[in-house]
Amino acid sequence: MNDDATIRAGLEDMPAPELDPVATTLDAPLAECRVAIVTTAGLTPNGEVELWMTGDHRYQELAGDARDLQLSHFSPNFDRVGIIQDLNVVYPVDRLGEMAADGEIGSVNQRHFSFMGAQLEYSTMIQDTGPAVAQQLLDDGVDVVLLTPV
Amino acid sequence: MSVLSHVFERAGLATVALASIRGQAVNARPPRALFCEFPLGRPLGKPNDPAFQTDVIRAAFALLERTDVPVLAAYPEVIVDQGDIPASCPLPPRLDTGGHPAAAEARGLRSAYQRNVDRYGRTSLGRVAGPDQIPDLLERIARLEDGASLADTELDAGRLIAAGQDVRAYYEEAGMQLADVTGARQLETWFYESTEAGRLLVRVQGVLAQTSDDKISRQYMMPFTQSLRARGKL
Repeated sequence: MNDDATIRAGLEDMPAPELDPVATTLDAPLAECRVAIVTTAGLTPNGEVELWMTGDHRYQELAGDARDLQLSHFSPNFDRVGIIQDLNVVYPVDRLGEMAADGEIGSVNQRHFSFMGAQLEYSTMIQDTGPAVAQQLLDDGVDVVLLTPV
Repeated sequence: MSVLSHVFERAGLATVALASIRGQAVNARPPRALFCEFPLGRPLGKPNDPAFQTDVIRAAFALLERTDVPVLAAYPEVIVDQGDIPASCPLPPRLDTGGHPAAAEARGLRSAYQRNVDRYGRTSLGRVAGPDQIPDLLERIARLEDGASLADTELDAGRLIAAGQDVRAYYEEAGMQLADVTGARQLETWFYESTEAGRLLVRVQGVLAQTSDDKISRQYMMPFTQSLRARGKL
């Protein structure tokens, strides 16, 4: 068994909050929608890298033009070379820009957000920081959120 | 991440999540998720492959039309890590000033690290040390192997984890300039198996397992699988 398969096997049965899925339907074609990224990679602006530990449910705003982001996720259990080679392998902001230029999506939001994943408990994220980010995205006119892990 | 999908959809945002661990997506039931069996740390699959990354995003966005939630689809291509095929990195000469061999080794990698920062404009370094502090950091970590306490090294549990990540980042990013590596975890295994610094971290984790009751520092100072590999259990 390779490294990732071993790690996945240990995490497959992690409990999750029991939330009934609700679907928001798009009011317009994707080609007219504004898209934002929310990642749980624990990305932070350049110069602010830290050890973003599990239990810390805050969020970080990411400027849409920043490409020198740093990985603050506490877990050592994933590859960290790929994101140095290409930020888009975690945070595909350039890909979305190309899709907007090609007319596949309407536009890319001017800012994105990061949380720290691998949490054991989610109450603050569900009740406080998650809704706070949702409201900011709605205020920006965002229609679609692409969520990426690490 | 799946939890955030629920929060955002309830607020009126349409979402699609890339999922890297299928069982977690099954349990958390995000409204729309695309399971991508790619190396952990590379949720879009392939660095520097815009066409592939865009195809993943298109596959994810195709789920936005679905209202029969929860929807959990799978991207058809699987990519596996190559942690069992360590990179072959020729190490530069050590700059030996009489200290621990890991510190001398780290000094020898300074220019390679800088070339990588200059090339990519990014680094993961900086939690507790910049590149010029890595040799001193290794000297302090090495004292743990000789029986020093964390307090003796001015590192509490959190700072030890951060130190381990900074040292690993420094070596992996220097290694990117020493070998043409594309597979996930190849430089990671090279670091823990073939460098003085990586082997030092493995030994220190072993010492802490015997002497420290702080599970956090033991569990997160290096990848779980590299601990298994060092003990011949992977």
